[in-house]
Amino acid sequence: MKNLHMKKYTRTNLLTYLGVIAAFVVMNMLSASGSLSRSLTGQLVPICCYMSMAVSLNLTVGILGELSLGHAGFMSVGAFSGIVAAMSLQSAIPSAPLRLVIAMAVGAAAAALAGLVVGTPVLRLRGDYLAIVTLAFGEIIKELVNCLLVGYDSKGLHVLFNLSGNKSVADLGLEPGGLAIIKGAQGATGTATIATFTAGFVLVLVTLFVVLNLKHSRAGRAIMALRDNAIAAESVGLNITKYKMMAFVTSAALAGAAGALYGLNFSSLQATKFNFNTSILVLVFVVLGGLGNIWGSLIAAAALTVLPELLRAFSDYRMLVYAVVLILVMLTTNNPTLKSFFGRFKPGKSHGKEAA
Amino acid sequence: MFGKLVPVPSGAMIPDRDIGKKPILECVNLGITFGGLKAVEDFNLTIGRTEIAGLIGPNGAGKTTVFNLLTKVYQPTHGTILLGGKDTHGMNTMQVNRAGIARTFQNIRLFQKLSVEDNVKVGMDANMKYNMWSGIFRLPGYWHEEKAAHDRALELLSLFNMADLADVPAGSLPYGAQRRLEIVRALATNPSLLLLDEPAAGMNPSETAELMENIRKIRDTFQIAVLLIEHDMNLVMNICEGICVLNFGRVIAKGSPEDIQSNPAVIEAYLGKKKEA
Repeated sequence: MKNLHMKKYTRTNLLTYLGVIAAFVVMNMLSASGSLSRSLTGQLVPICCYMSMAVSLNLTVGILGELSLGHAGFMSVGAFSGIVAAMSLQSAIPSAPLRLVIAMAVGAAAAALAGLVVGTPVLRLRGDYLAIVTLAFGEIIKELVNCLLVGYDSKGLHVLFNLSGNKSVADLGLEPGGLAIIKGAQGATGTATIATFTAGFVLVLVTLFVVLNLKHSRAGRAIMALRDNAIAAESVGLNITKYKMMAFVTSAALAGAAGALYGLNFSSLQATKFNFNTSILVLVFVVLGGLGNIWGSLIAAAALTVLPELLRAFSDYRMLVYAVVLILVMLTTNNPTLKSFFGRFKPGKSHGKEAA
Repeated sequence: MFGKLVPVPSGAMIPDRDIGKKPILECVNLGITFGGLKAVEDFNLTIGRTEIAGLIGPNGAGKTTVFNLLTKVYQPTHGTILLGGKDTHGMNTMQVNRAGIARTFQNIRLFQKLSVEDNVKVGMDANMKYNMWSGIFRLPGYWHEEKAAHDRALELLSLFNMADLADVPAGSLPYGAQRRLEIVRALATNPSLLLLDEPAAGMNPSETAELMENIRKIRDTFQIAVLLIEHDMNLVMNICEGICVLNFGRVIAKGSPEDIQSNPAVIEAYLGKKKEA
């Protein structure tokens, strides 16, 4: 214990890591003892993906302070490029975990590239342009994947854009042993589901590691500075565009990795899965968990993914209850009386009040 | 250190101790027009290496516009700005800061949610070298430079008796401390010219007295030039060596505090013309 006066954020970060590890251990124990319901077991990997999505979006929305409405678009780019990578490496790399890691790296790289393309023009502007452009980006990606045909045979990858709408998998010209991976509007079918809960757990840890360490380094400081006051940030010599790009592209890359894992969890996946609603869902995780609050995003993502499943018994009223719960949470967490009540339990908070 | 104003070859006046060194700032016929409005016109000003200079004038005279021109918040439509003899034409705000001009703002612009220490460290960012990956993977460069930045930040803060506030969010500081922090943050960028926009606004007499001490201390410790906009004439007349008076975007007088106090044009600008009997 040489570092007794640990900074407050270091303690919060440690608790976040510990919480994730504890949750993983508990879930593994529950699933080994067979006390997890079937639907919940199926939700484990998607929950990890959404946690990672929420934390990465928090980097853009909470830490950078720019509204992005197309996070699902980056997830989509990561998912389909990850599926293509995993499926075409099936024979070359027999080890499923290694293929999964490569697929997630490819997904991250592809999404980062997409982030770079979207961010380069938009992040030079001031104002709400990023929200508008990312909204369009999500829709464009959905349409592009919808007319994408990808196959793989011994000659390598065959890619075809079915823009006219009258081409089919047969036009790819695959060899007899070839494998069609993405089939236009049908999406990716016949995918080998190599995603595992452990991989999801590692993804969440890596996402946390990247976002938290970035936040508490010179880059994170600069990113939060330009969020707080762009004019002052420029006046002290910060390269605003560079730091905005850094946050946005990192956020996109992490969403891509999450997308690849998500894609490899289902044998069939359509581009319409990553629509505007999914982007908004992830944004809701971030807002509900608190802007810039990383562990809040984790909890919100997990709770709001499980909640609709648990409310299945109410079937018709499910979305209604979901909405009511959302509104109640927002009302109570914004209530000054409740805030001061909870504030009493926060370490170091009362001390600050005396000083003020 | 209160210099006597002497002329340089161009005819401008700078303190005698700065003679022989290139002036830190030379504005030549600087001007900007917004549509048809000439906000600043034919602005000429020369500041010595370690001079404390004042820019005064009635409200709306164009003082802050001059600061915005110097820091390239606005691009000048006329004239030249030489910083240490180097033309700043085509530079943006970030580049001008890196070239040596740091400023504070009339309406305080701190990074409210960052701690006091982090506000200062943001000022050092342009001089830090470790990249994003060193930051994420906590490579030796990160530890080395963050340690150095921490030490330097505390050193700068303690110069202004703020070291004990290092962990407080900047937005929750009292007003006077926020103004001081803005100055510390500007100093953290290692400027050679510090622009202060109404540093004494909203301060009581004892705070103003402390501020005057601090401005002198900044000049003596860092050996830099200070240009300040201020309405508090007591402060201006006490610490400024050269004063430039602006009215309706034009320079109406320049000189030492004594010259300015007795200048009829200045008196007229502030108090209006005496009625002819």
